[in-house]
Amino acid sequence: MKPLLDIEDLRVTFPGRSGPIQAVRGVSLKLGRERLGIVGESGSGKSQTGRAIMGLTPPQATVTAKKMMFNDIDLLTASPKQRRSLRGKQMAMILQDPKYSLNPVMTIGRQIIETLKTHEKVSRAEARDRALAMLEAVQIREPKRVFDLHPHEVSGGMGQRAMIAMMLVAGPELLIADEPTSALDVTVQLEVLAILDRLVADRGMGLLFISHDLRLVSTFCDRVIVMYAGKIVEELASADLANAQHPYTRGLLNSLPRIGQDRHPLPVLDRKPEWAL
Amino acid sequence: MTAALEVKALGVEYHGHKALDNVSVSVARGESFGLVGESGSGKSTLLRAVAGLAPVSAGSIAIDGKALRQGKRDRAFYREVQMVFQDPYGSLHPRQTIDRALLEPLAIHGFDNTENRIVRALEEVGLGKGFRFRYPHQLSGGQRQRVAIARALIVEPSIVLLDEPTSALDASVQAEILNLLEQTRKARKLTFVMVSHDLAVVNHMCERLAIMQGGHVVETLPATALADHAFKADYTKKLFEASDGFTRREQA
Repeated sequence: MKPLLDIEDLRVTFPGRSGPIQAVRGVSLKLGRERLGIVGESGSGKSQTGRAIMGLTPPQATVTAKKMMFNDIDLLTASPKQRRSLRGKQMAMILQDPKYSLNPVMTIGRQIIETLKTHEKVSRAEARDRALAMLEAVQIREPKRVFDLHPHEVSGGMGQRAMIAMMLVAGPELLIADEPTSALDVTVQLEVLAILDRLVADRGMGLLFISHDLRLVSTFCDRVIVMYAGKIVEELASADLANAQHPYTRGLLNSLPRIGQDRHPLPVLDRKPEWAL
Repeated sequence: MTAALEVKALGVEYHGHKALDNVSVSVARGESFGLVGESGSGKSTLLRAVAGLAPVSAGSIAIDGKALRQGKRDRAFYREVQMVFQDPYGSLHPRQTIDRALLEPLAIHGFDNTENRIVRALEEVGLGKGFRFRYPHQLSGGQRQRVAIARALIVEPSIVLLDEPTSALDASVQAEILNLLEQTRKARKLTFVMVSHDLAVVNHMCERLAIMQGGHVVETLPATALADHAFKADYTKKLFEASDGFTRREQA
């Protein structure tokens, strides 16, 4: 079967004071209708990878790749107009903090309808019905009330659910979630993830889950890609995480405190310069 | 033995909203005590109330058996009790060198021999002399948090309040900072009160912890109780399960 997303040798380069800086240095990945996690620390290039796929790389940076296919569309040659029609409709992105990524002066309902109206010809009544149905699908108890609320009137967990509703309402095939739950409390985090999980499974979407949290990603995704300094250092099935080979992955796993383990001091990561080569 | 920190029936109110309601906590000298809860649980408010940064409406706080007066903290208190904040990007003055950041508390408290103290403080947190005249933006998040710790320790406090000291840091850097904190606590026989949303971090760092929710203490337990599942409150159980990551429930 053909993958949903097929990327070869993706590079994202930013201009720097002392010459260009490569934030992503040759990432290749294939994504089918599955949950793929990308894990790395700040500066590892995980978010820039996601943004390059969405076409949201900052204008000063350049994106190059040998191949960047989404279904049958070549993302490298697609026009900005074509990219715009893809975003929201066929690929969507959930960002970290609903406080900053929702429009503060627009009601939640209007923001959901906006996505719909951009991509489909729908009547106002139908758009409203579909938006309400979507709010219900993300388990918001009183969708009619929340529809008319502004983002500051809802909690973080509720805001992130509204965000998921907004992203999924046009029925995308690919969802990129960049730290979708990092701004939420742990118990709320799991509720939101459960909703995301169910929707992704029901609709047969491909999910790219970007996070710094190795433990969370490994329990949520089918496969995990570990990035370090702009490169993929290891790729493995979530179940095999305990058998990770790369010293970086192992070091990262080791450095997490765990309940029921008495390790003082905690083992720290001994960064080898050759990892970044 | 008198407790290093004794909080009794404390209440904090913001415009009629009770951020803390009848909270009592006792921390022995040399102990490391954790406060765990989600946003809005009051864990940070409790820490801020001790530091004099929150409007106390009821109850009392005592340090080493001496009750603190409402709203007033004398200079001796701030030498005794120091705080490390969550965000190392926000808690250091961007236009001041590390040297100035470390000099200020020394000047306030009238310390002599500042030169040596600054060099020693930097060494203690593993930064070395080379960092002394740098600006915060030239440092990584972990290095900045080391500076924040050095700034807290430089006036030789006996109690350190830690408000989510590692939650803005990467996992590998978190381990380094946690180790540094443990090592200084041992060396200086410090009392820690540490706030975190991460049960595993508190379990690692603290001997006892209080679980907080909605401005109340739900449960106080020894850290060993977590591994033995010896907790009663439902909320503790929920947090405990959440710290394990995501579990996919089979759909009916």
